[in-house]
Amino acid sequence: MPGERMARETYRIDLHEEDLVIALAGNPNTGKSTVFNALTGLNQHTGNWPGKTVTNAHGKFIHRHLSFILFDLPGTYSLFANSVDEEVARDFICSGKPKVTIVVTDATCLERNLNLVLQVMEITEHVVLCVNLLDEAKRKKIQVDLTALSKILGIPVIGTNARDGFGLEALKDAVYQLATGTLQTKPLRISYGEVVEKCIKLLEPGIQGMINDQINSRWAALRLLDGDRDIGDRQIPDTIAAVDQLLLKAHLDQDTLRDHIVTCIVNQAEEIAQKVLSCKKQNYNVMDRRIDSVLTSKVWGIPVMIALLGLVFWITIKGANYPSQALATGLFWLEEKLTQLFMFAGWPDWLHGVLVLGMYRTLAWVISVMLPPMAIFFPLFTLLEDLGYLPRIAFNLDNFFKKACAHGKQALTMCMGFGCNAAGVISCRIIDSPRERLIAIITNNFVPCNGRFPTLIALTTIFIAGGMGGTGQSLVASLIILATIVLGVVITLTVSRILSKTVLQGIPSSFSLELPPYRKPQIGRIIVRSLYDRTLFVLARAIIVAAPAGMITWAFANIYVGNLSVLQHGANLLDPFAHLLGLDGFILMAFILGLPANEIVLPILIMSYMSAGQMIELDSLQALRNLFVANGWTWLTAVCTMLFCLNHYPCGTTLLTIKKETQSTKWTLITFAVTTAVGIILCFVVAQSARLLGLV
Amino acid sequence: MGRMIPLHRLSPGTCAKVRQLTAKGNTRRRMLDLGLICGTRVEALQKSPSGDPVAYEIRGAVIALRSEEASQILVEVL
Ligand SMILES: Nc1nc2c(ncn2[C@@H]2O[C@H](COP(=O)(O)OP(=O)(O)O)[C@@H](O)[C@H]2O)c(=O)[nH]1
Ligand SMILES: [Mg+2]
Repeated sequence: MPGERMARETYRIDLHEEDLVIALAGNPNTGKSTVFNALTGLNQHTGNWPGKTVTNAHGKFIHRHLSFILFDLPGTYSLFANSVDEEVARDFICSGKPKVTIVVTDATCLERNLNLVLQVMEITEHVVLCVNLLDEAKRKKIQVDLTALSKILGIPVIGTNARDGFGLEALKDAVYQLATGTLQTKPLRISYGEVVEKCIKLLEPGIQGMINDQINSRWAALRLLDGDRDIGDRQIPDTIAAVDQLLLKAHLDQDTLRDHIVTCIVNQAEEIAQKVLSCKKQNYNVMDRRIDSVLTSKVWGIPVMIALLGLVFWITIKGANYPSQALATGLFWLEEKLTQLFMFAGWPDWLHGVLVLGMYRTLAWVISVMLPPMAIFFPLFTLLEDLGYLPRIAFNLDNFFKKACAHGKQALTMCMGFGCNAAGVISCRIIDSPRERLIAIITNNFVPCNGRFPTLIALTTIFIAGGMGGTGQSLVASLIILATIVLGVVITLTVSRILSKTVLQGIPSSFSLELPPYRKPQIGRIIVRSLYDRTLFVLARAIIVAAPAGMITWAFANIYVGNLSVLQHGANLLDPFAHLLGLDGFILMAFILGLPANEIVLPILIMSYMSAGQMIELDSLQALRNLFVANGWTWLTAVCTMLFCLNHYPCGTTLLTIKKETQSTKWTLITFAVTTAVGIILCFVVAQSARLLGLV
Repeated sequence: MGRMIPLHRLSPGTCAKVRQLTAKGNTRRRMLDLGLICGTRVEALQKSPSGDPVAYEIRGAVIALRSEEASQILVEVL
């Protein structure tokens, strides 16, 4: 079982003896990570769409002097299937031997959720059922009789509203009681009918010998019946033969047997649901259906999607404009003071150069260009995410991906890429088919991450829409950004299709996507969370890279070989090629030096230009425009720089992530080559056409 | 007995009962996991802008299926 090793490796942590291992399982999108965060105080990514928890987090909490280690497992619909996620979850519960497993369920969709609960109860007796999202259930007038449910299932059942922290104390109490053995469970046993039960009886003794009570023998017997025969064939061939005889007589082949087992579970879940759910109003989700009939309709679906995205960009650009200016003014005022300090103290020029002109200035640009758009974009995006809009995007776009022979969930991984391409690449784990997953990984970079997004915004605002001023400027700028993103999507689809027809041939695999109910987001929490978890995190990372990069660039620009600086030599070398692409040597150089993080490309470029002569005061975006123009920029340079920004090799972190996720240097290099080739070809065609047509 | 059709031909707004799964292997497993067994009630809710996939209500959840998958589920129109 490859998954077993994986679970062990994934969860290799130092456990103290007294730490009690607790697992959080459940269907996707039921609030597992929210429960996890509430209990441990950590910040796992949450959001209203299935599949965002792909990495496995663990955290500690202490309750009544006992210390518990809680594991946030990926969401699964069942424990039978073959996907990597489900194997991780199953193997953790089976072989990780958690002291207690909490199954988190959605109160508004209890019947389907009970399926998994019943399966987990087959594996272990130490189960607590957490019926989450009670507030949503109440809003939809669904009532769950928790006491009855607990009685029927024979395990503790706790109702919670994890987002507001309601019910969590009771949940911890239940976990405590099970872990310490002060509470015994009497889990309901599902009966699989005469024949299967007979088979299980036959198998159990032999299995007990094989597995030394490592896992529940009834569960192991069921798994053996369900498919994993080879272990049994080797160890208990006689019993297996007898079982096969029984099954043959009952006309149960592999598929019918599985159907039979699942049917028993599903029917049981249905029966229980009927007993504990009251006021099962048929039309409790009319509102959702109405919203969907607009947001995913033939006529409005795609226009509304584009308009929403455009609106997000417009708010971001419009809102970021003023704070960006203010930050730049403030930070460059401080630079002046710093310079004065250096002069006053009589410190050497080179030190002032490295620290102030190199490091500080780069940081100032990173902060004033990056911070405001991120601080606005992230909360807006999180809002869409928490509302439940992202799966609708995947739903709307699926057909395009199908035509590109790719997976519909690729759209979700692209949404993650907006935040960070490395995160986007990791999120590709939600795609089961290895072929489609590779396609999604290779093309993820065609979505501009938060390192490139502000660069695009800055270039658009200061350059293309720069002349206009006022409302028109933000509007034009948003439209250009929107066009850039749409272009990115078109490129993604085209490259996906080309890959499917060449190195990654194959047909689309099976696809199903849950469209979760719309949920009411908590605006306050979204703002706090996206500022702390994402904006500051990303900014900190950018600063860590930008500081040394600024110093190095300054050094390159000020160490002379002959009568030219190292930087200039490099730029001269690159210039002829860069010119073909509508760029110049310095721009290409900045992209090369920006390999560690895209955030620093623009600051490096600015510094290169400044050190090459024009030492102007650079305290406003208008001054930036003047600097670029003085260095020979035209609208074509700006367009080509933006195109190259959108289409070039992924940053260092993302490349490393690709290597880790694909376990292959080959695919990492292919990603590097594909993305860069697209950029080169696009820039070349655009630059040459514009020149041929005499547009510049 | 009502009419038997593959699920992808069920028009939005109509309900049906699952009668047979013709899918095999992993696809079949996935369908079973979603609670799609014989007798399960399904309602076609909404087509996506290009007509495929279609969103279905299955046991209180909304699930989008491509026509390739839906065509492997035979249903009886209610
Ligand atoms: N209204 C409400 N929303 C919740 C509750 N628990 C979680 N959510 C939201 O449901 C969505 C999914 O939660 P998440 O923890 O990411 O689910 P996971 O996939 O199971 O980890 C998020 O948008 C949460 O904010 C709850 O008790 N009430
Ligand atoms: Mg999660």
